Amino acid sequence: MNLVFHIGRYFLMLKSIFFAKPEKLSIYRKETFREIDSLGLNSLGIVAIISVFMGAVITLQTASNIDSAWIPKYTVGFTARQSIILEFSPTIICLILAGKIGSSIASEIGLMRVTEQIDAMDIMGVNSAGYIILPKILASVFILPFLVIFSMFLGVFGGWLVGIGTGVISSTDYIYGIQFAFEPFSVTYALIKTAVFAFIITSIPAYHGYYASGGALGVGRSSTKGVVYSSILILIANYILTQLLLI
Amino acid sequence: MIEVKNISKSFSGTQILSDISVVFEQGKTNLIIGQSGSGKSVLTKCIVGLHEVDQGEVIYDGRVFSSMSQKERKEVRKEIGMLFQGSALFDSKTVEENVRFPLDLFTKMSAEEKKERVNYCLNVVNLDNKNHLFPSEISGGMQKRVAIARAISMNPKYLFCDEPNSGLDPKTSIVIDNLIREITYKYNITTVVITHDMNSVIEIGDHITFIYKGENWWQGSKEEIITTDNKEINEFVYASKFMKTLKDKLSAG
Repeated sequence: MNLVFHIGRYFLMLKSIFFAKPEKLSIYRKETFREIDSLGLNSLGIVAIISVFMGAVITLQTASNIDSAWIPKYTVGFTARQSIILEFSPTIICLILAGKIGSSIASEIGLMRVTEQIDAMDIMGVNSAGYIILPKILASVFILPFLVIFSMFLGVFGGWLVGIGTGVISSTDYIYGIQFAFEPFSVTYALIKTAVFAFIITSIPAYHGYYASGGALGVGRSSTKGVVYSSILILIANYILTQLLLI
Repeated sequence: MIEVKNISKSFSGTQILSDISVVFEQGKTNLIIGQSGSGKSVLTKCIVGLHEVDQGEVIYDGRVFSSMSQKERKEVRKEIGMLFQGSALFDSKTVEENVRFPLDLFTKMSAEEKKERVNYCLNVVNLDNKNHLFPSEISGGMQKRVAIARAISMNPKYLFCDEPNSGLDPKTSIVIDNLIREITYKYNITTVVITHDMNSVIEIGDHITFIYKGENWWQGSKEEIITTDNKEINEFVYASKFMKTLKDKLSAG
């Protein structure tokens, strides 16, 4: 019953975000650009570090598991590319961002709720849900696909770097491998997933923050719930989208 | 003028407000007083529409607010300014951006006109040249004054103040009280102040409503509240040793 209540309230919140006329488009646009900087560009560092190291580890693990002479060396590059594009960059990066961005969104909005800043907006006649949440959703759905493309490049680069650095694969084999049997749709698939995950990463924590109550403890709880539920939903959405788009 | 007619409100079966009727007149500072948990804040939130009433009506100058659609309420809300207990300033915005916020969203003023209006409102609350500071960089008293400046930036017809003196020292409380009174008289606003502070009652209370256990227990002026023999009011007004001593001295002549 509780779950039905939350699902219903979540969709009512989305309705008030997407089906209400913004008070002033220019203000919403300005807020969206601010959020692109805050949610997206501020995550570049962590995305870069994780991508390079994950690409490196995928390459090493693949190389260490291929000991048959019948399997060509370029398979390492091929496997690294496929793992990074299909799963690692869209899903793992989004799960990590669910922690970083999700907790930030839930605690920011939760604090606004408990300090009556949202009430203040409502009393002024501002559509508080729209003003606070819509720019965050638009910003993350726009910027996260770029972050994921950036992550793909860095992951593949990290694999190349460690491959030639440790000598497990030659540069020629690796580059041949990453070009081998390339399907452009796999990038499209990854970007579709990313856009859906971006929506989940922002809207679920925003929901928990928007309806937070009970002071600092309530804000902390909303932040935890936001991260946990958005992570679970990412995994479920990942399965459904893979089934729909790839099988 | 705001008319509250027979409003009741309950939460999860617990009755918080019972059949409250009161009129808040224009150009007067109307005070709502009462003990903690008596229902003052709930009453105010019902009046401004943050809570829906179970029954009864809230009427703003002949417009029945409680039965309006959300769209219609939005229009009335543009005429309302509210000062919250904790100021409720937007942390991520500067003093100037806070005061400018409703102007940005609801007016077609040019940047210069907005700047002029912001500076005027900040001048009214004696906060010149603090435009670029963030709420965390100014004192609690200043935050309240910024919140007042934000509340009056749209020339409101109705001003609500939820415990404007909470957390402030007595001297700053007087400054805030005087400011509220001045603004009320100068702009002929209907002001509703929720307070515990007896000093505010004596300073600015043109009309006082005493809420007791969710009921409108008593109404009157600041002169009447001192002399009333209502037991519950006397327990509230003379709860502090200071007020008791003052009363004893006054009655001793």
